[in-house]
Amino acid sequence: MQTKVEASATEPPSVAGTSVSLSGVTRAYRTRRAQTVAVEGLDLRVAEGQVLGVVGPSGCGKSTLLELIAGLQEPDHGTVEVAGAADAKGRREVCSYMPQHDLLLPWRDALGNAALALESQGLARREARERAAPLFERFGLADFERSRPRALSGGMRQRVAFMRTLLPGRPVLALDEPFASLDAITRTDMQQWLADALAAEPRTVVLVTHDVEEALFLSDRVAVLSRRPGRVVEEIDVALQRPRDRRAAVTDPHLAHLRERALEALR
Amino acid sequence: MRRPLLVALLLAAFVGVWAWVSSLGSVDDLLVASPGETVQALRDDWSLLADNALITLYEVLLGLAIAVTLGVVFAIAMHLSRILREAAYPLLVASQAIPIVVLAPIFVLAFDYGIGPKIAIVALICFFPITVNVLDGLRSVDPGHLSLMRSFGASRLRTLRAVELPAALPGFFSGLRIAATVSVIGAVFGEWAGADDGLGRLVLLGNDQLQTPRVYAGIVILTLMAVALFALASLAERIACPWTHDERTT
Repeated sequence: MQTKVEASATEPPSVAGTSVSLSGVTRAYRTRRAQTVAVEGLDLRVAEGQVLGVVGPSGCGKSTLLELIAGLQEPDHGTVEVAGAADAKGRREVCSYMPQHDLLLPWRDALGNAALALESQGLARREARERAAPLFERFGLADFERSRPRALSGGMRQRVAFMRTLLPGRPVLALDEPFASLDAITRTDMQQWLADALAAEPRTVVLVTHDVEEALFLSDRVAVLSRRPGRVVEEIDVALQRPRDRRAAVTDPHLAHLRERALEALR
Repeated sequence: MRRPLLVALLLAAFVGVWAWVSSLGSVDDLLVASPGETVQALRDDWSLLADNALITLYEVLLGLAIAVTLGVVFAIAMHLSRILREAAYPLLVASQAIPIVVLAPIFVLAFDYGIGPKIAIVALICFFPITVNVLDGLRSVDPGHLSLMRSFGASRLRTLRAVELPAALPGFFSGLRIAATVSVIGAVFGEWAGADDGLGRLVLLGNDQLQTPRVYAGIVILTLMAVALFALASLAERIACPWTHDERTT
């Protein structure tokens, strides 16, 4: 573990052999009254080092999909395989999960929050903080190490949550609407920032979002899910080099065409 | 700055009404002591009052310490074990439903005349608010935080230490504040059931001997004791949970 963590602070983890694949996945929730099928017969594949954007109407089982990938749930039927690991525990070990809300702990300062995942893996508190500290400069958060989440803006909190997600050095990222809670300007900045970060440090990414443009801007491929129970109704290849330039992306005719296709599929 | 002023005004008004009522000719001097007489008694009997107050304070603090220790341990155990929680919760409520006034003499009979039964009674009534508030705090954790910790591969103990215990800290202090105020009442009941010393006993004795000013002085000290304990608990919370009050630095 020591060496794995060491590597993450300086160089990106290898993404070789870290593909994600779901085949025939069904997951239902039983409440006292009724049964809700979140996803049904879902097939998805993400090649190593690729970014898959997943868009769909609200309540289409997007969060369930991520929790399945991140090893927080097991499917009722079908298989979920991440970097060769088919069991939930194995998936948890290769996948970093970033929930929809930043979920920073209000009593910890930014550095302590960023170090939380490392600490959870058994690293001593001090050591975890020491490993997290160098990232603050790179994430534009220098001098905010000792600030508590309440004192940080939404964009800053999101970046702390990103650090926390990236620090364990796991090759697969499961991101649940990471920018949904941000204002438009901050969201645009953060999208560009993530695009550049993923170009510098490739990871295999499943990015769930309700924003078609965000998905097209960041992903190699976009899967459109149907209303619940979620099924893949359209898969769109985005044949553009990453990272893309935001301004160019707005006017790119190819992207405009894909956007129409995605929106049509969502209807 | 306005709050202390309002408190002072209200207090002054209260003392004013008190002084007025006690000055009425129709009120027996043996029934009501005036503020002046009370202050006089505080001055004249100071060493007697102080000696007994210290004994009561000792009972209160020891009882509180036991209640805090047992309450926190019990709350954590109940949080970690569903079986224990479901089995013990009714008992916990029942422990609070027993009238302390009735229980106190039984305790004195069982544990003798000394300081033991007083501490036990204080601990018994303080145990409940602490346990319930800590347990609620532990259970109030955002489920998102728990699945996040699970996704990190954190152990149960790590999640408890990093997430659940800090989240329960404000609840603990709420419980402590309630416990601090009722602890003094517990000690007084304990002393009333049978004691050689303590402020509660002194007040009871003074009542029998129609030393009304001394009784009032004792009540004032008991009240101040509870208020001071409450304030101390609040201060401790401010120091221990700095994230719960505003601290915008940017």
